[in-house]
Amino acid sequence: MRYIGRRLIHATLLLLGVSFFSFALLQWAPGDFFDDLRLDPRVSAQTVEGLRSQSGLNRSLPVRYASWLESVVHGDFGFSLAYHGPVGPLIALRARNTLILTGTAMLMAWLVAVPLGIWTAVNRRGWISRVFGAATSTLLTIPELLLFLCLLLLAVRTGWFPAGGMRSANSGNADLSSEGRDLIVHVFLPALGLALVSLPVLMRHIRSAMIDVLDSPFLRAARGHGVGRTRLLFRYALPTAANSLIALWGFSVGGMLSGSLLAEIVLSWPGLGPLLIEATLSRDIYVVVSIVLLSAVFLVFGNLLADLLLFATDPRIRVD
Amino acid sequence: MLAKRKLGTALALLAIFHATILFAGFLAPYSYQTQDRELPFAPPTRVHWVDASGKWHARPFVYRFADDRANPGEYVTDFSIRYPIHLFDIGAPYKFAALFSARVHLFGVADPGRIFLMGTDAYGRDQFSRFLFGGQLSLLAGLLAALLSVLMGTAIGGIAGFYGGWIDEILMRGGELFLALPWLYLLFAVRAALPLHVSETQVFLLLVAVIGMIGWARPARLVRNVVLSVKEGNSVVAARGFGASDLYLFRRHILPETYSVVFTQIALLIPQYVLAEVTLSFLGLGVGEPMPSWGSLLSSLQQYYVLSSYWWMFLPAILMIPLFLTYYAAAHAAQERLKSVTL
Repeated sequence: MRYIGRRLIHATLLLLGVSFFSFALLQWAPGDFFDDLRLDPRVSAQTVEGLRSQSGLNRSLPVRYASWLESVVHGDFGFSLAYHGPVGPLIALRARNTLILTGTAMLMAWLVAVPLGIWTAVNRRGWISRVFGAATSTLLTIPELLLFLCLLLLAVRTGWFPAGGMRSANSGNADLSSEGRDLIVHVFLPALGLALVSLPVLMRHIRSAMIDVLDSPFLRAARGHGVGRTRLLFRYALPTAANSLIALWGFSVGGMLSGSLLAEIVLSWPGLGPLLIEATLSRDIYVVVSIVLLSAVFLVFGNLLADLLLFATDPRIRVD
Repeated sequence: MLAKRKLGTALALLAIFHATILFAGFLAPYSYQTQDRELPFAPPTRVHWVDASGKWHARPFVYRFADDRANPGEYVTDFSIRYPIHLFDIGAPYKFAALFSARVHLFGVADPGRIFLMGTDAYGRDQFSRFLFGGQLSLLAGLLAALLSVLMGTAIGGIAGFYGGWIDEILMRGGELFLALPWLYLLFAVRAALPLHVSETQVFLLLVAVIGMIGWARPARLVRNVVLSVKEGNSVVAARGFGASDLYLFRRHILPETYSVVFTQIALLIPQYVLAEVTLSFLGLGVGEPMPSWGSLLSSLQQYYVLSSYWWMFLPAILMIPLFLTYYAAAHAAQERLKSVTL
């Protein structure tokens, strides 16, 4: 229990640090949301100042940070200057979409990477294993931008997949199952792109984790005792390697989130990415800060979940 | 021995790539802002040796594109006049290696002929020239940012490992903050903080500083681990016994041990940071027009009609891959060599 408590406190401190850091950066930057308005000769300087004080932009950093934190507690996440409303509901929908995308991508990547990683670790010297090794190295060097653009080209050229968006335009009064099918068709391409980006890294780690276990003395001893191949793999090796796989999963959340940002923008998935770039360009700072905070929350949550899983599966952690 | 040769090959290749980009002005037939409004989205020019009548020429030549009267927006090749390719052609002025003014280009064709090895963009600018010039910006950004983050990482990791205790605790916890963030989001947050309309140099330097400062945590961690294992070593203990100062110990005994880690990290970080710059410019958050960067060369692909009709607009992204491969190979070879030394 103390272990979990310590992890929770650590996570909270991390989130506070991240939010303050991004907040302070935006505060120090010259210029603000109303810069474009200032250039408009029809708007007087007093009006701009009035608008600034109305939206609280002229208050000092700690005050603004404190009031923003308060609104985070209320679920508002500050006030969007561009959308004239609280940020919370604005990003909640987008965050859901991002989670749908990253969740699907993660599922796809792990479903392929785990069996392949284990298989290539067991049959290390076969030529198929070597082919997979070469394929992952190649995939690793292709810039993700190029990969996403190629997928987009595929969608635009062949018309097999919708080139962006989340729903078909005419699916307004469709029933639940066809709506679900529609969603799957739309999510497939961006999720495939994301999965392809993380696949080589995952496969390499899983392979090397499995090789470490397969070469360890206890497994050699078990093999010497005549334990069968299948049992050796699934009863002895896999649970031992599970620890590093769980930790890897926790780390891969961050990579997934970073990748999804670009995938969402290039393949027009209505997640946090397009909103973030829009807010960045219009300097809608509460939206930017909230999205950065939210991404950090996802990430910390992923790591926390991995820690809890490790706590459940690894008795050594429970001892200290 | 093999690892050494691999590292040498990779470094030689990298030197060639970088020299190509450095001498962009000389190797490119046009400047990055030369426009030919008559030829938007012209496909790559084919270099010929055999003319339309089947006659063979020793000097390669190109044909001119003309508007296709039947299909507007398409081009047909005008086979009537040959434009031979001249070596050391006089063309647009540029700075040779960013130092000397010059007008000599490695190759070119006489007006009104045009040679576009990688096609042209929406303004009829030569993509090949823009790719070479764009590389100057992207690669320099990657190099400087990698150097910055490795320098910061070495300093912070070195101090953390060397002094230990609460200093170590604070520095490494701070690093965790940077490691915990999805870096692209943070990059956006920082870019949002920068004014959109400032001079190109300022944007460039700010970008480099931002990319470099986000990435210091990983090298810091690795350097710290090396320092931790080295500082208890016999040579350090002996030197300390003879009364060596902290600075001397650090410079003479500890820093040299971290070189291999530092080198591997630089080789791994450069391609990552070049890609970071490419991503930012692709999204329109980098250095603006008319300065090309590898990212802004690709940004026109966001329009569907460019994406589906003009395949040569993909070429810059594909040409980046060999460079990244070589960097990874260099890092890999350095690591392998490091292992063979320590064993």
